[in-house]
Amino acid sequence: MADYTIAKTLDYKGLACPMPVVKISQQIGTVSVGEVIEVHTTDPGSLADFPAWAKTMGHAIVETKQESGLIKIFVKRMK
Amino acid sequence: MSVDVERELAELKAKVESTPGTGNKLTMVVFSGGLDRQIAAMIIATGAAAMGMEVVLFFTFWGTAALRDPAKHVSGKNMISKMFGFMLPKGRNALKLSQMHMAGMGTAMLKGLMKKKNVASLDQLFEVAGELAVKIYICEMSMDLMGFRKEEMIQYPNLEVCGVATMLAHAKESSLQFFI
Repeated sequence: MADYTIAKTLDYKGLACPMPVVKISQQIGTVSVGEVIEVHTTDPGSLADFPAWAKTMGHAIVETKQESGLIKIFVKRMK
Repeated sequence: MSVDVERELAELKAKVESTPGTGNKLTMVVFSGGLDRQIAAMIIATGAAAMGMEVVLFFTFWGTAALRDPAKHVSGKNMISKMFGFMLPKGRNALKLSQMHMAGMGTAMLKGLMKKKNVASLDQLFEVAGELAVKIYICEMSMDLMGFRKEEMIQYPNLEVCGVATMLAHAKESSLQFFI
């Protein structure tokens, strides 16, 4: 699966709606097009919200990993 | 032939752009002064801005009290304005829940719960809204009715006073219109 490299890892653990999505929207511009940001979150709503945000904004969720009490979402900047 | 197509395309573009409700924009009327409703309004506003939308908030009636700055005082108000000023919440941190306030117990409990669960407070939400360039207007007539002055309102980037026409002009351009 890992045919991409992580440009940046962001820790959003403990944050609740809407902050994970607000913060990724502020951070996506800090990496180049094609690069991937790894987001760590504990908010289960992010599982639905990140894909919805990515779809609207024209970016991509390349992978989602769920570990015990931690969700990792890999966001690729597409434009 | 190709000139015709180009002209028609330009006409079509102009038509689409001037069609009401097509802008990637949210206009929200924030009418209620309840803590719960104000939180909902600010979560939706910051969320929409994060989704790449232009966001315009129009604070009116009970909602205007949320924009008061408790540290600012204005003198020279008449009796009724003073009474309104005294009766209405002084700023967003003095708001009560619209339900289950229970003489302050319910509101305090919810604030505690929000802190524990790390839900953004109204202070944080307003700060983020400012960062995301969420536009805030205050209804001139509501301020006048309740005796509020612009000088006693919070510091917020480009906070402006306006009337219903400004709100409607924004709403007409927006693909989403909310009333809270």
